[in-house]
Amino acid sequence: MKSTLIHLGGHPVTRRLGEALLTLLGVSVLTFTLLRVLPGDQITSSYGIDAGDLTKSQLAQLHAYYGLDKPLPEQFLSWLHGVFTGNLGYSSNAGQSVADMTADALPVTLELAVLAIVLALVIGIPGGMIAASRPGALRDGVAQTASLLVLSAPVFLTGTVLASILANSFGWNPNGQTFAPLTEDPLMNIQQMVLPALVLGVSIASPIMQTTRTAILDIRGEDFIRTARAKGVPEHALHVRHVLRNALIPIVTMSGLQFGFLLGGAVVAEQIFSLPGIGRQVLLGMGQKEYSVVQSTVLVIAVLFVLVNLVTDLVYRMVDPRVWSR
Amino acid sequence: MSTLMESVAPAPPARRESLLRALLRNRSGLIGTVLTLLVVIVAVAGILGALPYDPAAQDVEAALQSPSGAHWFGTDQFGRDVLSRVASGLGSSLLVASVSVALSGSLGVVLGILAGYFGGVLDRAIGVLTNVLFAFPSLLLALTLAATLDRSWRTVALAIAVVYLPIFVRVARGPVLTLRSADYVIAATATGQRRLATLFTHILPNIRGIILVQVTLTLSWAVLTEASLSFLGFGTPPPAASLGVMVYDARALSSVAPWLLSGPGIALIVFVIGLNMFGAGLRDVVDPRSGVRR
Repeated sequence: MKSTLIHLGGHPVTRRLGEALLTLLGVSVLTFTLLRVLPGDQITSSYGIDAGDLTKSQLAQLHAYYGLDKPLPEQFLSWLHGVFTGNLGYSSNAGQSVADMTADALPVTLELAVLAIVLALVIGIPGGMIAASRPGALRDGVAQTASLLVLSAPVFLTGTVLASILANSFGWNPNGQTFAPLTEDPLMNIQQMVLPALVLGVSIASPIMQTTRTAILDIRGEDFIRTARAKGVPEHALHVRHVLRNALIPIVTMSGLQFGFLLGGAVVAEQIFSLPGIGRQVLLGMGQKEYSVVQSTVLVIAVLFVLVNLVTDLVYRMVDPRVWSR
Repeated sequence: MSTLMESVAPAPPARRESLLRALLRNRSGLIGTVLTLLVVIVAVAGILGALPYDPAAQDVEAALQSPSGAHWFGTDQFGRDVLSRVASGLGSSLLVASVSVALSGSLGVVLGILAGYFGGVLDRAIGVLTNVLFAFPSLLLALTLAATLDRSWRTVALAIAVVYLPIFVRVARGPVLTLRSADYVIAATATGQRRLATLFTHILPNIRGIILVQVTLTLSWAVLTEASLSFLGFGTPPPAASLGVMVYDARALSSVAPWLLSGPGIALIVFVIGLNMFGAGLRDVVDPRSGVRR
């Protein structure tokens, strides 16, 4: 195993960056290919059923105009060039460029994701600490059972049930009103964000709790904890300064990994709670068969996910120098 | 020498029996097995159509009845029996999840073993493939694939299979890296056994346990993904009943007929909890942390 690492060579960070670049290239090839296997092309999608009335020579002209007569690799490169210059396509339904739509939708999803991660940490870290304080005891069992329940309930179900109960029994349905952006009506915005963020946050609190529990139990058995205790470090300082601080490393990594789940879950949460985020943009594009919207938005999400993972990984290496030598 | 002989010899059938017994002795494994069996029986009844009512039969006079002796889970706005529809929905969940996990599991394990055992360019190429597939949030990838292909339960299964392929590649590749330098594998190669044969006689049996655990967990994710796709309108197409679609349709009527939501919701949760507990019990029994012994 070691020999392959040496064989690959290079600084670990350079290698990780190279890997991320290669992944991004693969992501763009896959996204491009997905649009190619679709029935129809840009012509049928922009002319709709009228495309049937076009003559053969008109079709050929349009093919040449859109560059569809060129070889696939050339089409790919010109598409990639468009993406790099900010041309993500145009949505005729929205009457807007996909880049503009994304610029409006992305902040909504990011706000939702950040709120969800904060809620997950607020629930998951104390939960994991409580579970780890007496492994095998009742509190551990309760935490594990809750975690299993949460893992087994999909976001669409918890979201639907929560929204129905609050609307039916308490008459509280802030998401029934038009969406209020954070900058315009922060009070309304928070009310509309809190339920979807809670639903997503609870579902990723479970892996965060498990990670916290395992990390604390592992670290408690380490030599440096014994040394610190022998040195006379008070118990609660030991827990905060030595145990929890070291446990934060895997917790941060786990939060980064869960970001991808959040972006997927956001599609569902945004749909249930009518939030105009990027997940809803994908879904609307699919429903209206506007595949250029779908393609560009999926690409944006995947790139975002790759970057978040890269940053998490680099932060992890910075915080834990042991990883360097691995 | 005796340990070498033991590990070279194929596992006797008696050991398999003890795996099942050990699973049933494990609390999580026992509950998981019972729940999963229960759900599978109902799901198979749904697939075979052995149900109290035809899941598609409408009976306007019996519309929106709350749960009763005649209709355990109540009826919907068309008077259809919710229990029969839930069973039929569980049937499509089970079908889609099993087919997709069978596909991704078999292909993923083969790719993972090849990558781990042969290393080099092959390993790196497979590594890029897994990284690319991991770069998409799983639900989004499944959604995109399902939405671009034609709608049928087969394409849904295929889409879910693609999403979970990289997990099997990683799960299989890791232990193979350690195993390929194990004494008995080197011994097998040294005695002239062909490398491909070694893969199947010595390496595959040793990672069987870990893969079985992964299969169970992935089945639970596949069930959730299928239901989520259906909820979003891109899953198993009608007229087949689907738990995700049932939950979606129940939203509008949740104030007058909450049982339309609880029936499919509880069925889905019980199914996934069962699979998760079964997987957890299996993992305790197999215990990957104790190395690659089983």
